[in-house]
Amino acid sequence: MTVASTSIGRRTPIGAGTTIGIGRAVRSVVAFVAVVALLGVVWELAKWIGGVPWREIAGMPLDPPHDPPFRVTQLSDINLPHTWNVIGAFFEPATRRSEFSLGAVLFDAAIFTWRGAAIGFVLGAVVGLGLAVVFVHSRLLERALVPYVIASQTVPIIALAPMVVLWVGRDWPSVAIISAYLTFFPVTIAGIRGLQSPDPRALELMRSYAANRRTVLWKVRLPAAVPYLFTALKISATASIVGAIVAEAPTGIQGGLGRAIIQFNQQYITGPEKLWATVIACAALGIAFFVIVRLAEMLVMRGRQQPGDA
Amino acid sequence: MSGAAPVVALHAVEKVFETAEARTTALSGIDLEIHGGEFVSLIGPSGCGKSTLLRIIGDLTGPTGGTVEVNGKPAARARRDRDYGMVFQAPVLFDWRSIQANVELPLEITGLSGNERRERAARMLDLVELGDFGRHHPWQLSGGMQQRAAIARALALEPRLLLMDEPFGALDEMTRERMNDELLRIWERTRTTIVFVTHSIPEAVFLSSRVVVMSARPGRITDVIEVDLERPRTEASRETERYFELVTTVRESLRAGHGPAPLDPVDAEATA
Repeated sequence: MTVASTSIGRRTPIGAGTTIGIGRAVRSVVAFVAVVALLGVVWELAKWIGGVPWREIAGMPLDPPHDPPFRVTQLSDINLPHTWNVIGAFFEPATRRSEFSLGAVLFDAAIFTWRGAAIGFVLGAVVGLGLAVVFVHSRLLERALVPYVIASQTVPIIALAPMVVLWVGRDWPSVAIISAYLTFFPVTIAGIRGLQSPDPRALELMRSYAANRRTVLWKVRLPAAVPYLFTALKISATASIVGAIVAEAPTGIQGGLGRAIIQFNQQYITGPEKLWATVIACAALGIAFFVIVRLAEMLVMRGRQQPGDA
Repeated sequence: MSGAAPVVALHAVEKVFETAEARTTALSGIDLEIHGGEFVSLIGPSGCGKSTLLRIIGDLTGPTGGTVEVNGKPAARARRDRDYGMVFQAPVLFDWRSIQANVELPLEITGLSGNERRERAARMLDLVELGDFGRHHPWQLSGGMQQRAAIARALALEPRLLLMDEPFGALDEMTRERMNDELLRIWERTRTTIVFVTHSIPEAVFLSSRVVVMSARPGRITDVIEVDLERPRTEASRETERYFELVTTVRESLRAGHGPAPLDPVDAEATA
């Protein structure tokens, strides 16, 4: 990094910020791929030592077959299918009679789940921030209601989901509500801290301008809360996906990843790699949503001092 | 000085902090009039209530007794009319705004149009010699430059009164002296009345037309020293005999009011 962030050059700060951002993004993608590759190697190494006999490697026959020195049940092809079989499952038909590949089916399921999760995420973020704004302006309401906000998160979502489905119906609005339920909490907690984060002198400064509460909220409190809110939104992004899947799975909502998990779980003995592929799809969806929020954060935060840049 | 109403008029001002356990008299029997175009420093040891007094003038906290008038009206009214600008020890710039946008903030609140805001902010930045740095963000500027931006922001509303609470207290000695020169230049150009809290005797003498010496427990005014150094004051003023005499006078006055002169570099005075 040749960008001297502390110098008072004529370089536009926006350009400098983005350069650093892209450099970091590339490095984190490379690191992520390296870790996944390493995980795959460890996985196959374990199977080479303690799995069942290998007759092929990624479709290439092995002659003579490799007989691992140990037998560990957990490393059998049922419990831990070969990585290439899991990857290959994405390109094979989803079911024996299906004309679509598993990858295409999971992609559609991910889009369905994401729609519910994203709507819930937005709903939860708005409600969460709204509560934070109310709590920051009213000590009384904060003291009265925050315990309930915390208690709300101790109710297991798996117990709550069927009830919401009963009330709202067996479709994506239920998914959205359950996602919102998981999303709002981190936003409220971080929002309270963020809205209270301005320097007391900043508030005195606004007082010297005879600024009213709404102006202080818009010009000082909300902008100061942005970094706090993005920390919460990144947690909420992944939580909303988990919430959506958990909402779909036990309630029989069709079309999403939750349903796919139930289905391929039932067919595990005949095709374990399909459930593994579904797990990967769930993780990919969570990561994708996280990355979207992270990109939004970089966009909104550009020009501000990034920790460690100075 | 007679005729026009004083910019600041304090009469029998008292401030008592009460907690469950104790009752602390932070200020007692403060009488002071500050007239248009004056540069008045408040100096005193930690805990003498000089920052509290400044905050009372700005209606950031209320007195528990006495009357406070700014521009001939009650302090609260003057604050609502945005009659003064405030500069703190820390610049308190918002890091999500460019320097230009920071200076525009008070103008946004008063509802000035976009063009007027840009024009006025640019003029204020030129005044503090930051004209080329409007597009920078606060973290890209040195401490001295940030404080200059804070001064530009305080002047943006073109107030008759500028309240400064140890504005250069966090700066190194070299930067502080340069900022002092610059503040005098700005003061002479804008003819703004300045009330300046400091714990530095040389700074108070160099800048002020009057130095108000305070002592602690309870906080009160013990002495008011007229500074008759010639203006415009320059680097050379700091080496005149009269300057050293006045520094000695202020030091002795502080000592008479309250033991030794303050030595602590950071005034940790309670302003809560």
